[in-house]
Amino acid sequence: MIKTPQELKYAKTHEWVRQEADGTAVVGITDFAQEALGDIVFLELPEVGRKVKAGEACAVVESVKAASDIYAPLSGEIVAANSDLADALERVNQDAYAAWLFKVKPSNAAAELGGLLDAAGYAAAADAAK
Amino acid sequence: MLKTTVLHPVHREAGAKLVEFGGWEMPLHYGSQIEEHHAVRRSAGMFDVSHMRAVEVLGADAQAFLRAALANDVAKLRDPGRALYSCMLNERGGVVDDLIVYFLGDGTYRIVVNAGTADKDVGWLARLAAGRAVSLVERTDLAMIAVQGPEARSCAGQAFPGLQAVAETLRPFSAAFHRDWLVARTGYTGEDGFEIMLPGPLATLAWAALARAGVRPCGLGARDTLRLEAGMNLYGQDMDEDTSPLEAGLAWTIDLKSPRDFVGRAALEGASPTLALRGLVLRDPGVLRSHQRVRAAQGDGLTTSGTFSPTLGRSIALARVPAAVESGDTVAVEIRGKWLTALVAPYPFVRHGQSRVDAYLK
Repeated sequence: MIKTPQELKYAKTHEWVRQEADGTAVVGITDFAQEALGDIVFLELPEVGRKVKAGEACAVVESVKAASDIYAPLSGEIVAANSDLADALERVNQDAYAAWLFKVKPSNAAAELGGLLDAAGYAAAADAAK
Repeated sequence: MLKTTVLHPVHREAGAKLVEFGGWEMPLHYGSQIEEHHAVRRSAGMFDVSHMRAVEVLGADAQAFLRAALANDVAKLRDPGRALYSCMLNERGGVVDDLIVYFLGDGTYRIVVNAGTADKDVGWLARLAAGRAVSLVERTDLAMIAVQGPEARSCAGQAFPGLQAVAETLRPFSAAFHRDWLVARTGYTGEDGFEIMLPGPLATLAWAALARAGVRPCGLGARDTLRLEAGMNLYGQDMDEDTSPLEAGLAWTIDLKSPRDFVGRAALEGASPTLALRGLVLRDPGVLRSHQRVRAAQGDGLTTSGTFSPTLGRSIALARVPAAVESGDTVAVEIRGKWLTALVAPYPFVRHGQSRVDAYLK
């Protein structure tokens, strides 16, 4: 059973987004994505300070099966990258919503957040992608 | 419509992630491919390989026929039960398939070929057999279970007490019948273990008995990382009909010593291979995959198989490169638009649970 927590927003490209009180957005890959990829063996994270546009490839997740680009769900500046994950990549498979990848300080949140899916919308999209 | 093995309901019940492979729906993993890999290196795992095709070659001409059809020489199999790895070549010296042939007694051989090429192989063999006193019998009634790992033989003996004597005495690359089960000490992982061919209707019970004895179900994902660590070729990836076995690391399987003629011999004898299959260990972070470009001082090449090696904690590959490229050379591999550094290393990378390339990992 694929998990899609209610409180998160989702990109069609299988990233989740959590809005923090300080205005930043935390990004990771969805449970559907980790399930589809299989065991994750390598992660390339964006550099802190990099400016990204919504939809831009900014990280790479490699699993035993394949390499996948991770897209920035929101435009803005990368303010943190979860480099602790490098030594514990299995955490992405174990709990994709706890194992965040990077944080963005959005530059156009008001316009872009509306373009993301809610849990039900993403669950339906993921189901169709099966 | 994908074909399924007799164990398919068992895989489904176990929650396996199922994928298409060679026209079959097969388990990729049952949860974690890496844990399954480690189970085989450290204790015991089992694979449903019933999608592979067993074909019996029977008749007075069976030996002469196989000596002509296969690039390795079945005359090396003097005692019943002995097994041999061989390629089957086309007239151009390309690889039609690779297989294992078991000598079961005078005029009786059993070969096991790849699932994806099985129909082609049987057609090929049937054409070569025309006019000879041999018959080909496809044993689609059989299931095959590979039990692999340092504890595989003891687990199999525990699961099937009647098999204990066989489990203890069978030599590597040999097979023996236990009633109508053919138990072979062969495999595709670089570990000790068995491949068991048994009547299909018994497979579910056998699988359950092995599971009770502590053998972990493993999918095709772990099978691929295990075979690549063990430096074993995968047909369709590391070689195919347009690849010479001499450029695929398979020269050791081509018997040119015996004076017999075999399909592809003339082409191989006329060829001067310029490429060779070499092992790569990635120095930079990343993962090697198949079909990545390789640049060496001696010329360009291509990876044929690549993966993350769970045992080494590094990415490894097989690559077809100029034959002058040697172990210890540094090469560049193009991964997603970037040229990363890899070291040429001898394979097998891993054997019996141990890294054989430590010197290349530093």
